[in-house]
Amino acid sequence: MSKKTTIELRTSPHAHAGEDVVVIMRNVVYALLPICAFTVWQFGISALALLVVVTLTCLLSERLFNALSGKSSSLGDWSATITGLLLAMTLPPGFPLWMGAVAAFVGVALGKAMFGGLGMNAMNPALIGRAFVQAAFPVAITTWTPAFFDGRFSQFIPTTLTPPFLQPPGITDWVSEVTVDAFSGATPLALQKFEGVVTDHMDMLLGTTAGSAGETSALLILAGGLYLAARRMLDWRIPVLVLVGAAVTAGIFYMIDPVKYPDPLFVVLSGGLMLGAWFMASDMVGSPVTPLGVVIYALMIGVITVIIRLFGGLTEGVMYAILLGNAATPLIDQITQPRVFGEQRAGK
Amino acid sequence: MGLFNLLFGQKGFTHGIHPPYHKDTADKPIRRLPFPPQLVLPLDQHIGKPAIPLVVKGQEVVRGEPIAKADGNFSVPLHAPATGRVAGIELMPTPKGPKTSAILIDVYEGSTQEVLWEQPRDMSELSPQEIIQAIQDSGMVGLGGAAFPSHMKLAIPDDKQVDTLIVNGCECEPYLTCDHRIMLEHPKALLRGIRYAMRATGTEKAIIGIEDNKMDAVELLKGHLSKGSPVEVKAVETKYPQGSEKMLIKSALDREVPTGGLPADVGVVVNNVGTLAGLGDLLPKGRGLIERVITVAGPGIAKPGNYLVPLGTPIRHILDHVGYEGARTEFILGGPMMGPAVSALDTPITKGTSGLLVLNEPSIEEESHKIWPCIRCARCVSACPMHLNPSMLGQLAAKRKYEEMAEDYHLTDCFECGCCSYVCPSNIPLVQYFRIAKAINREQAA
Repeated sequence: MSKKTTIELRTSPHAHAGEDVVVIMRNVVYALLPICAFTVWQFGISALALLVVVTLTCLLSERLFNALSGKSSSLGDWSATITGLLLAMTLPPGFPLWMGAVAAFVGVALGKAMFGGLGMNAMNPALIGRAFVQAAFPVAITTWTPAFFDGRFSQFIPTTLTPPFLQPPGITDWVSEVTVDAFSGATPLALQKFEGVVTDHMDMLLGTTAGSAGETSALLILAGGLYLAARRMLDWRIPVLVLVGAAVTAGIFYMIDPVKYPDPLFVVLSGGLMLGAWFMASDMVGSPVTPLGVVIYALMIGVITVIIRLFGGLTEGVMYAILLGNAATPLIDQITQPRVFGEQRAGK
Repeated sequence: MGLFNLLFGQKGFTHGIHPPYHKDTADKPIRRLPFPPQLVLPLDQHIGKPAIPLVVKGQEVVRGEPIAKADGNFSVPLHAPATGRVAGIELMPTPKGPKTSAILIDVYEGSTQEVLWEQPRDMSELSPQEIIQAIQDSGMVGLGGAAFPSHMKLAIPDDKQVDTLIVNGCECEPYLTCDHRIMLEHPKALLRGIRYAMRATGTEKAIIGIEDNKMDAVELLKGHLSKGSPVEVKAVETKYPQGSEKMLIKSALDREVPTGGLPADVGVVVNNVGTLAGLGDLLPKGRGLIERVITVAGPGIAKPGNYLVPLGTPIRHILDHVGYEGARTEFILGGPMMGPAVSALDTPITKGTSGLLVLNEPSIEEESHKIWPCIRCARCVSACPMHLNPSMLGQLAAKRKYEEMAEDYHLTDCFECGCCSYVCPSNIPLVQYFRIAKAINREQAA
């Protein structure tokens, strides 16, 4: 053997599965990219600008808080990128860019940095950001734009370029200019809730309806989610059980009064439920680690979403349902500690 | 319940991991290595009290002769692995870490591989107690790695009743194939050893549990059994840590050893195939344990294989013979999941050493070693065969809440298989934390 050998000393195990945080996070970004691309195709340069501004603001905020806390840059773990993309997707495509930046900053600051960064945050940072602007800018966040309007690649939606600290202009006139059909300015959820009009399920599956930037195509969300689930980077039980919880709850009300309440499939395909279930409820940091805890958490989110939608003042309940689920996670984990191998519990 | 269990209707343990197995040496027959110039025989190469030396510096010993006696019941004797002269009793490095007292033997050049000291006996006339005594005299310990004195394991306490002997042929650690080769090459000695162990323990049934990546061994052993034999061969799922006692008992018999309990609490006693094959060979001849089979493997080795080496052979001597070139390397005794890395090439092969792995630079550097915060991905939770919550335990360990770990999160049930650290995408040294926590709790209690 060679004369000089440096002996490495490490404690066992000396093998590792190889997948680290960066690989997982990067793959989540991959899974989100098709949805982003579809959004841009659907809503044009306004959606692109929103994605870029929100994501960049998230990255800059993350870096700022790294610097303030004296830590090295954590941009390399991709988690701030995910927060940015997800947050942009939950906003209306014509959302004023400066408000998007506020949402991004608040999401990273209050939702993540304050708790100590990646892994320490109690709730999903993207949703914290969205909840903030939902309260701060109630009009802007419910101003919807028709999908596939003419000239979407050459002109911005008028609200997009609202100067900072100003409220966006009304867009009713603009909407009637760019669309042939009459656009009521409502999402499928609002149409159903306030006017009793049920949008065609196929349109919602494909994503040709109005809605938040990245929420409209159930199909692409599903594809991205399944990709992550297949690579074991996402716990498939969470999205599936969120959807089951929502569908069953909606189904009960639908059976009671099919005229007043929407059908379960509509509930599952509309609004942010798909995106929320696959990419936000399943966020590892905010969901329980115990097998039973995961079930309770996911069903809870599904049920609460539908209850808010049907009986709350808002049309959409996914965001608050997930934030509530996040908040309950430590407690759920605590009370659902798995039975240890060989453990004798009372009554067994 | 895994897919495997559903498909094949087997009751196995749940969780666990599937690391790359690297069983490339499975087709390498057991070969002898020449004697090294000097043997290093630590007096405490087993669990329990160190042996008491019977020899003094300068004394001549012949191959097979006892050179240290057991110190009471929880101890085993040592025998001279080669003919030579005692060079002294000195502090030497061991796989366990700290230096301990060891008998050094300068081996005579041209020393014969024949065993020169033995006391043949008629096994058929021995009572269970006499078999237990014969096992202790042979110096046999668990060869799977634990090095727990075999006679202690096979002496069932009066208040316990065992009905089944489980023979552990899982060899679930990656790289290692020595047990596999022993099953293929010494099936008769193994079955003989199983009969002795059944007589010693009074069990009426024996199950040889073998992972299903070794179906040749399963078939071969089945071929050696007559119809109506009390010995059964059972293929179990290839999954780490199938070879841990509690997991194998679950897989073979669907019994769960209670928290803090022993296999005997569920009527089982478990022995490794190498241990029993060793007993089948040594007991009738009245010999002591002086050599063992180890797997020498890893990307850094020129001639990987299974080698029968005398106990006390320094790692350096083995590396010289199997050919090793490398500049930065980890040397591991045993498997990569649980084996310790050694700091000195003078460290000898002891009774509990099942392999010598050389993981050279590339395979170490493949992984990034940056530690990220826990992202609560729960991979450790779904990997832990004991169904613990390593994520929570890790967070408590980081805050040094060691007592809470033991009281509320079953730290003491952790047997340190390393699955949690293996899967952790944040590279958090979970099992390493748990070892520290356990050690500190032990110190506090003492």
